Amino acid sequence: MILSSIIQRIVLATVESGGLAQPETEPVISSDVVVATHHWWAGFILYLPLISLILCGLCAAMKVKSKLPAWITTVCLLGSFVLSLLLYFDYGGSPELIPLLSWINLADPGGNFSGLSANFTFYIDSLSLLWIMFVTGLGTLITFYASEYMESDLGKGYTRFFAGVSVFLFAMVALVLADNLLMLYLGWEGVGFASYWLIGYYYQRPAAVAAAKKAFIMNRIGDLGLALAIYLIWTTFGTIQYDELMDVIQSGSWKESYDGWTIDAIPWFLMLAAFGKSAQIPLYVWLPDAMEGPTPVSALIHAATMVTAGIYLVARTYEFFLLSPESLHVVAWVGGVTALLAATIGLAQHDIKRIMAYSTVSQLGYMFLGLGVLSTYGAAYHVFTHAFFKAVLFLTCGAIMHGFAGQLDLRKLSGLIRIPGWRITSIAMLIGCLALAGFPLTSGYFSKDAILAEAFITQGPGFEALGWMAIFTAFLTAYYTFRVWFRVCAGKVEYEPGDEHHGDDDHGHHSEAFHPHAPRFAMNFVMAVIAIGALAASVPYFMDTKADEALAGGWVADMVHDSTAQGGLPGLDRHGQSMGDIVEHGHAGHQGEGDHAHPTLFGMDVHTAMYVISGVVGGLGLLLAAWLHLFRRQDADRLKAFLQRHWWIAWLPRAMEHKWYVDEIYQGLIRAPLWIASHLMYAFDRFLIDGLLVDGIARIPRMVARWFQPLHNGIVQSYAVTMAGGVALIALLMILFLQFWKIGGGG
Amino acid sequence: MILLASAFGQLALAHYLLLSGVLFVIGLVGFLSRRNLIVMFLCTELMFQAAAIAFVAVGRYYYDFSGQVFVIFILTVAAAEAALALALVVLLFRRKPTLNAEDWRDLSE
Repeated sequence: MILSSIIQRIVLATVESGGLAQPETEPVISSDVVVATHHWWAGFILYLPLISLILCGLCAAMKVKSKLPAWITTVCLLGSFVLSLLLYFDYGGSPELIPLLSWINLADPGGNFSGLSANFTFYIDSLSLLWIMFVTGLGTLITFYASEYMESDLGKGYTRFFAGVSVFLFAMVALVLADNLLMLYLGWEGVGFASYWLIGYYYQRPAAVAAAKKAFIMNRIGDLGLALAIYLIWTTFGTIQYDELMDVIQSGSWKESYDGWTIDAIPWFLMLAAFGKSAQIPLYVWLPDAMEGPTPVSALIHAATMVTAGIYLVARTYEFFLLSPESLHVVAWVGGVTALLAATIGLAQHDIKRIMAYSTVSQLGYMFLGLGVLSTYGAAYHVFTHAFFKAVLFLTCGAIMHGFAGQLDLRKLSGLIRIPGWRITSIAMLIGCLALAGFPLTSGYFSKDAILAEAFITQGPGFEALGWMAIFTAFLTAYYTFRVWFRVCAGKVEYEPGDEHHGDDDHGHHSEAFHPHAPRFAMNFVMAVIAIGALAASVPYFMDTKADEALAGGWVADMVHDSTAQGGLPGLDRHGQSMGDIVEHGHAGHQGEGDHAHPTLFGMDVHTAMYVISGVVGGLGLLLAAWLHLFRRQDADRLKAFLQRHWWIAWLPRAMEHKWYVDEIYQGLIRAPLWIASHLMYAFDRFLIDGLLVDGIARIPRMVARWFQPLHNGIVQSYAVTMAGGVALIALLMILFLQFWKIGGGG
Repeated sequence: MILLASAFGQLALAHYLLLSGVLFVIGLVGFLSRRNLIVMFLCTELMFQAAAIAFVAVGRYYYDFSGQVFVIFILTVAAAEAALALALVVLLFRRKPTLNAEDWRDLSE
């Protein structure tokens, strides 16, 4: 705090001495944003993870061998969660600014803008509240789960793990609650770093190290997009604070100094950032590999929270996308295609954690589809429900991995529900699977429908085809989800342990005497709570907190309504008000239907039709999975043999199992050329720069010296001859010179 | 008498310089042709003395005492150098019982 104020003072002094305009003493705040200094305690949502990190550091320094770091982190995160809830209940309904620390306050030399101002200030609106509640809530629960899951690492990496989780939560809170893009960028980089830290947790495993690097590099590509977007937003709108940005965009005052191309570039860079962080084509390949990290990390960072930061970014900066609506078409198509592609890959994998990873990519695709078809509400709701059901799916996978010595192959596990101690795991997984498959009346059913229906309502290039594609993806999702559950949890009891050795060797000599150790209290409790959460996540759909506004979609829609993402609300609000605003801004042209004619599908209202279609599709996928993987498993083998026997179809399962060879394509198209280029550069540097120039010049004196070297033969007389000869030569020359000089001079 | 004296004076410089040159060449040739370290050292002394004679002669010719002052310096340096060189020779001889310069070629390495 002191440091930042010192820096600020220095900066201000520089500004003053440079004779520049003083920054405004009070930041320009739009009329409906209030400064809520009485919510100062909200700062502890951010500080508590930091305190936890420092305490974990102390634990590491004191070589604590107990579960203390886990309890510290759990308690701190629980504190953050409780504060988030308090903030939600104390939230007045209009966006608030909670100033914490001064960071950067620069005057604009040109005097056009109010100056660059980026402080540690929270921007509290319903969107950030929605996010912060599930981030801290799931963070607390998953940390508690990890206290048991990571116990085999007690005294080794245990403290490091929880320190990493604290860093992650700190960065994530900064990202979500930031009131300006720079603080968001800080959090954005922070979560990327925490992700790298935790994917590479098992740093002795080369695969984990490679996965961590891959994730980091892929994310850096996205981060570049975000950095460029922030620069362009600053140069175009003159501010990077959300409230001022919204004011500037609404009033249209930015057009005075607008130079004509940045408006269309900003959404593309934001998209690049979002696609990197949220694992979409073309930057999705890091997420499946990130499963090398410990499972609680996969559940927290790579399923529930961090990967939704891309959705959050787009929702937060939705106005920029509305200014350039073509970009939303791209968002929709990328999301839809990613959803389908990842689902097809998920069909053919055998590692259950990897299936869940592809399913995450696929569901994130749905969310982008929702954003692209102007349903920020659907996207936000799907983020919310997905956080719960995907977390529970990963946590159950983790429990299985923990209990069966690292076994994750669904061909080698069966009938878990009948093994004593595994009932909670199996039921929690069933709930997660039902929600993921979009089984009627589960949470995933409502959130997915909100997106699918909007794809048919909104006009756009091929959006209807995109809608059908998403429905087909929903069918695939139901199938591969229940393929996992029927294989692993149902059927007759059969299992093979994995090859991982746990620290506590109560099942030392496996294969003969292997007993899977069932999850105990912490893991069971967390799985049960999050499973209940996954069920209860459908309740908000029926909650209407605002009686006066007839918004479809309940609580989450209300949450989205008051935020910067309100341009993409369902129903009248979107088509009436926000799209009108776009037209007023004069950039969008005609997009979306002007009047409120509701399109129909099969003679029904789209929303109703979608409930029926997706219910039927989900049920079909479930039945197909039940047939092939529960009742007649031999049929699945027969189908596989059939597919492999016919050349015209055999490529399909092979390509899906090999992830459509995307990694290989990237290897060939990007890594190999870069590898060749880098080696060429290396050769250039090594031989031309180093060899010819540096060493070459250094070699000249040595070569010259070689000519004279024979003179130094160690015989004193030869030295003397040289010397005498030299003196004689000089004398001769002088005499001759004097002679000539005398002739020349004297005539 | 005066004429003789002046003629002698004029002749004297050439004679002295000739003597100096002859001494120097004898020293040089001796230095180059002999292999015995002590003899080589004596030859360098001879070259020193040749230089000293030239200094004295030219100094006397110009009625300038600088030449003789230089000779004093030369003699001093030569004495010091003689002590040093002989000490070196003794040390060399202790290592290897020879005074042949060719046997000490490895000193250049």
